[in-house]
Amino acid sequence: MDKPKVVYVTYINNTPEKVWNALLDGEMTKLYWGHSRNVSDWKVGSPWRHEDYADPSLVDVAGKVVESSPPRRLVLTWGKPADAGNPAKHSRVTFEIEPFFDAVKLTVIHDEFEPGFDITAIAQGWPGILSSLKTLMETGRPMSMTTRRWAGPPN
Amino acid sequence: MDMANVFKALADPNRMRLLDRLHANNGQTLSELCKDLDMSRQAITKHLILLERANLLVTIWRGREKLHYLNPVPIAEIYERWIGKYERHQLRMLHDLKRALEGEHHG
Repeated sequence: MDKPKVVYVTYINNTPEKVWNALLDGEMTKLYWGHSRNVSDWKVGSPWRHEDYADPSLVDVAGKVVESSPPRRLVLTWGKPADAGNPAKHSRVTFEIEPFFDAVKLTVIHDEFEPGFDITAIAQGWPGILSSLKTLMETGRPMSMTTRRWAGPPN
Repeated sequence: MDMANVFKALADPNRMRLLDRLHANNGQTLSELCKDLDMSRQAITKHLILLERANLLVTIWRGREKLHYLNPVPIAEIYERWIGKYERHQLRMLHDLKRALEGEHHG
């Protein structure tokens, strides 16, 4: 098995349930995750998509729910909407939420990229999203960089 | 995780070197990280613990291997705290200029 390309951890002074909700709640994600919302019924096997909060026709990421165990573990496949029928082009994102003393340890593992995939944009995106999520959940205000839609990398 | 810990953890050339190695090749075992370094395994282990406490380093188990990853999330917090969105573009230009000049300099 190929080793994961990136692993991120942030410690958030909040509860596992609230961190779990923050990953799925569009009113939260629009603040820390590039002005987008994640849409799905979150059942295993269901599709999910990451769409612009104001204009749902702009979908940056789409995939399927692989595993959903609230409030501990969420596994999603991750790809371009155009590659919906082509699982080989999908990577995988695992969110792990663990209690850590009185706080929460949130781990994000992004792996199973197709060979040769350029992870530059992904490696630039996650640290900002996760630190903004932490800031939002601890102070009530996100970081300015994550509240607007990102243009994304040039094709 | 307060920022003072992050700065303390970064303020050591050997720890910076270890992070550089992970930046170049993420997800290494301890043995891989120790390769070609003139530090004892114990010294490296100590540095890794400090980096992990500052959350600059994350470890995960894959089978019987413990893999080490650079975790830039705390650095993103520092970046956002002191580098506003209006300054970012200018800093990027300066950074690109520095790289271009250094590139020329070193051929």
